[in-house]
Amino acid sequence: MATATIAPKRVLMKGNEAMAEAAIQAGCDAYFGYPITPQAEILELMARRMPEEGRVFIQAESELGAINMALGAAATGARVLVSSSSPGISLMAEGMSYMAGSEVPMVLINVMRGGPGLGSIGPSQSDYFQAVKGHGHGDYKVPVLAPSSIAEAVELMADSFELAERYRTPVIVLADGVLGQAMEPVVPAYREPPRQTFDWSLSGTNGEREARVVRSLHLKPEDLNLHNVHLQEKFARIAEREVRFATERIEDADVVMVAYGTAARICRTAMERGRAHGLRLGIFRPITLWPFPSAELLAATAGKKAILTVELSAGQMVEDVRLAIEGRVPVHFLGHQGGIMPAPNEILDACRKLVAE
Amino acid sequence: MTIEVADTREVADTREAADTREAADTRRVIYRRPDALTEKSTHYCPGCGHGIVHRLVAELFDEMGLTGRTIGVGSVGCSVFAYDYFKIDFVESPHGRAPAVATGVRRLQPDKFVFTYQGDGDLAAIGTAEIVHAAARGENITAIFVNNGIYGMTGGQMAPTTLLGQKTTSSPLGRDPILAGYPVPITEMLALVPGTAYAARGSVATPQLVGRAKVLLKKAFETQEAKAGFSIVEILSNCPVGWGMTAPASMEHVEKDVIATYPLGVLVDRSAPVAEPR
Repeated sequence: MATATIAPKRVLMKGNEAMAEAAIQAGCDAYFGYPITPQAEILELMARRMPEEGRVFIQAESELGAINMALGAAATGARVLVSSSSPGISLMAEGMSYMAGSEVPMVLINVMRGGPGLGSIGPSQSDYFQAVKGHGHGDYKVPVLAPSSIAEAVELMADSFELAERYRTPVIVLADGVLGQAMEPVVPAYREPPRQTFDWSLSGTNGEREARVVRSLHLKPEDLNLHNVHLQEKFARIAEREVRFATERIEDADVVMVAYGTAARICRTAMERGRAHGLRLGIFRPITLWPFPSAELLAATAGKKAILTVELSAGQMVEDVRLAIEGRVPVHFLGHQGGIMPAPNEILDACRKLVAE
Repeated sequence: MTIEVADTREVADTREAADTREAADTRRVIYRRPDALTEKSTHYCPGCGHGIVHRLVAELFDEMGLTGRTIGVGSVGCSVFAYDYFKIDFVESPHGRAPAVATGVRRLQPDKFVFTYQGDGDLAAIGTAEIVHAAARGENITAIFVNNGIYGMTGGQMAPTTLLGQKTTSSPLGRDPILAGYPVPITEMLALVPGTAYAARGSVATPQLVGRAKVLLKKAFETQEAKAGFSIVEILSNCPVGWGMTAPASMEHVEKDVIATYPLGVLVDRSAPVAEPR
């Protein structure tokens, strides 16, 4: 190395606050939220920081209010963030469907907690189906990004805004109670994606152009069919270009653990302990949950002894794993609900049995 | 129904051919389509009051020079296609959420004129939280609230504003307060909220009332222009098809019976300018 580099300053940040600050640094123009555990710190940080930056912050009357304020703000072409946790995310399904149908960009953070219903405030990954299968009514999907560390969550905020604007779509950042509440040293790698000019956003005609309408209503069957064909083509483009995943020590692995978010962190500990005892374990970690890295997972696990999917749920992503693998490698599942985390040794024991089979 | 007898403007700005004709025969135009309306025929049923309200709003856009910097926020119900009829930018909302959507638009475009156009099912039932809290925040938006006491678009079901005893497809024996409660005086409720700068109720049941309704709408628009806070004008209108009446009978019903439940007038006027929320 020709020149000495100064070590970037590492700061200790709470996940919720790191994501909020990263959104601000990514040029977020407006934030709308409603208090709910375990993501209230996002709302609180935004309440303080957005006015400091001369940007828009509103604590809405409900998650319905928040997501619809986001719809209005996003229709003007603004960079908009909304955050909530599972029960609140359910309320936002209506607005998400309208935004997907109206093709407006927006980023939604879900700091998942246990369900169903009011569930618990403990960490969970039980909103996977909701996030990756479309969330609200109608034929649509939105990109879902799942950070596995606070540092990665920071990076993904800028990427999320970029994806949202590139494809005119809502984007979900799917975190969980651990990522939201934990503190980790982070090198704040903030980035502000360049601004685009939009030919669809609303600012008043100023008497200089035709009126624009941001809408999802297409009453004629032919029109709605065409609109849906257009949306499906867009989803196919996203699926083709935007798949993200990470692997660890997968080349010589006998058993591959598939996990995202906090579950992947626990799997890493299990993998390291297993490796120390001569067990050849690896990790395949989807970063985009939709589009799911199906082809990549299939290729990465060809000839392996077994796959162990680990989730903080009753088994949701495992369905996509099985679809991707098409029975070519045995797919097993380990998970807990209700905020209970699988222990590394529990995962290690399961892997040990699979290696021995 | 409304006649612009005092309007002596030439038609130069709309159709050139017509303009030439006008100039040649020196006829005076006393009634024409406001510039802010498109040429599209509306989908409203014959005799429906929505067309009158659209016209009043468009006349005010013309007169106040608002068209180019207005962003409309649609709703769900009979007025769902309003974006086809105005030459302005428009965003659609989910049912009842227009005041929240308008909040988002107005906060990001603080120099624009932003209004919602909502019916009574949209504003006074499913959208109650959104309208109350937009008012509570004193959002500088104007809600144009067309109350015809029925869900027209879905086939004439009972609305929160349906009169006691009124028969609808979901109150077939007439609205019984024991079963279905009482008409909701939502505009009076909103007038209580300090963030509401202006709240009024008018009607389009007679030509005189149409003229009066325009005055109320103008005041509401001026309230927003002064950034004084939330403004709402409720317009009592009709639904001849949903009510099973002829158009004239439905207008008479508004004049004689509906106004008795929903009295006309200015309900609150706190429109002195205050600081705009950021």
